Amino acid sequence: MTTYLLRRFALGLCVLIVSMLLLFVLIYAVPGDPAAIALGPRASEAQKAFFREQMGLDQPLAMQAASFLWNLLHGDFGTDILSQRPVADLVFAALPRTVTLAVVGVIWAAAIGTPLGIWAALRPNTFIDWLIGVISTSVVALPAFLMAIYALILFAVMLNWFPAIGAGEPGDLLDQLHHLALPAFAIGVAWVGYIARLVRVSMLETLAQPHVRTYRSFGVSDLRIALRYVLPIAVVPVISVLGVGIGNLLSGAVLVEVVFSRPGLGSLAYDAVLSRNFPVLLGAVVVTTGLYVLANFLADALIAYLDPRLAEKG
Amino acid sequence: MSAPVLALDNVSIRYPSAPAAAVRNVSFEVGTGETLGIVGESGSGKSTLAAAMMGLLPRGSCVTGSLRFEGRDLFGQMTERDLRQLRGRDIATIAQDPFTALNPVMKIGRQLDIFQHWYHDRPRAERKARILEMLEQVRLSDPDVRMQQYPHQLSGGILQRVSIAAALLAEPKLLIADEPTTALDATTEAQILGIMAEAKETLRGATVFITHDMSVVERLCDRIAVLYAGELVETGTVAEVLGNPQHPYTKALLECDPARIEEPTSELPTIGGTVPALDDRPAGCIFEPRCPSAVARCRAEAPLRHDLGPRRSAACHLVTP
Repeated sequence: MTTYLLRRFALGLCVLIVSMLLLFVLIYAVPGDPAAIALGPRASEAQKAFFREQMGLDQPLAMQAASFLWNLLHGDFGTDILSQRPVADLVFAALPRTVTLAVVGVIWAAAIGTPLGIWAALRPNTFIDWLIGVISTSVVALPAFLMAIYALILFAVMLNWFPAIGAGEPGDLLDQLHHLALPAFAIGVAWVGYIARLVRVSMLETLAQPHVRTYRSFGVSDLRIALRYVLPIAVVPVISVLGVGIGNLLSGAVLVEVVFSRPGLGSLAYDAVLSRNFPVLLGAVVVTTGLYVLANFLADALIAYLDPRLAEKG
Repeated sequence: MSAPVLALDNVSIRYPSAPAAAVRNVSFEVGTGETLGIVGESGSGKSTLAAAMMGLLPRGSCVTGSLRFEGRDLFGQMTERDLRQLRGRDIATIAQDPFTALNPVMKIGRQLDIFQHWYHDRPRAERKARILEMLEQVRLSDPDVRMQQYPHQLSGGILQRVSIAAALLAEPKLLIADEPTTALDATTEAQILGIMAEAKETLRGATVFITHDMSVVERLCDRIAVLYAGELVETGTVAEVLGNPQHPYTKALLECDPARIEEPTSELPTIGGTVPALDDRPAGCIFEPRCPSAVARCRAEAPLRHDLGPRRSAACHLVTP
């Protein structure tokens, strides 16, 4: 178990380093002169050259990448071109809001989607199974930003039940929750259907295994078998899919944060793209990648706990 | 014989949306202390009967006739809930394949505790003591260690001992073993059969042993019921049926048993042809297409059950009481 987790952790670190290097190269390969954008059209060549030197843009790409990684290791994410503030400050101020949004989105989706999937699996090929199938498939197809816009129009503008923009007053938990409701709803809707479908298939597969019949032949009730003994096995593939799906969810969060003008990693990255603020963009994406790797590691750890066979195989 | 533990009377079972019944007009009884061997090829309806005895047929299956456990008809008088109350307490089973019969992600000890769920009013320590006692009874080494292990860490022989211990924990009045040694190698099979023989001595009720192996019947059973294509062709005590088989199918099965072949031979005898498909049953005797001694009457007319003595019968036109 411990070696399995250590291996998974090392793998996560490798993924993190490789993806950061790729990101760095990609962002700097994009056309457009950051010096010209940062300093404006009327800046002189000398000013631009000074800027490039200051930001290290005149170094070879490999050197830039190496020093970027080296600085990251020391917690130095670079400097915001516009405000001259350390990127780390901006990114870590935004991080908790995005994490809250993603986690609340996934939790409410799992809380609704899992029981729906179980219900459908216990009554396969009946009307209720069909109905749950239709609803899940329809919501899976809805992109988060579209849900965000509809939710905004309906619940914030027309009904005025929830605030339309922002993340709420700092320190006022109730106000923050009030502001969180619509974005979390928008992010999670598609996941309700996705999780319901995954859970249904996985439950049906596990219910067909011979050891389930053993429980039945010992007179254990069907509901107890499904919830206590089949579900913990059936959620294993669902968790690994969710671990990978966190990436999807984070990219959904970017657009949802933009729609609701909610400060977070998404809107930070979005604004940085518009203003060609490379260090901020890199910082936001690096932290997002870190979140993704962390989510995968947590998923692996949970799976190892639920299925000891996997941990032994490595 | 006192009142039978299990009594089947003209039982026919048809699966939902199947073209014909998988089991037809089967009657037999098993009394207290008796062990009945149910013998037949694949597709003879052995496992269907086993499922019926546990009340675990698929939803929508059609059962006619009566299948009585301690006088109560499992399909006439009992609800799903009543049936469930019997399982794991009055009726217990040992599954065919020990490798898949246990939950792969749960430790053996916890599973054995769950199988005692009807006895959960007993204190935890007592339940654990019973588990250890049963694991020792099936001659498992290091029961304490085994309880902390997962199924994938154990061999087939050990897993099947665990399954036998699980069935014994239920203290059943009817123990059903559905080919419990089919998935095991020959050496392990011999050990498991020895443990089975000991285990049924400790039971207060009846045992039904499903197998395709005549030598297993000879070793473990008092009575035998030979099934062919869902029909009971011959039944009686093991001594009677194996010593003086009346039905041509029983005779053919015995001739195919490698343990009974005395002359060295390079070719093992077989029964030519295959069991007829469910939707392609012959009009007369069901065994007629493969029967070496069939006559014209066999093609036209299905034979009735001929009684050959107390609780001994065979279904063949050639049998004369």
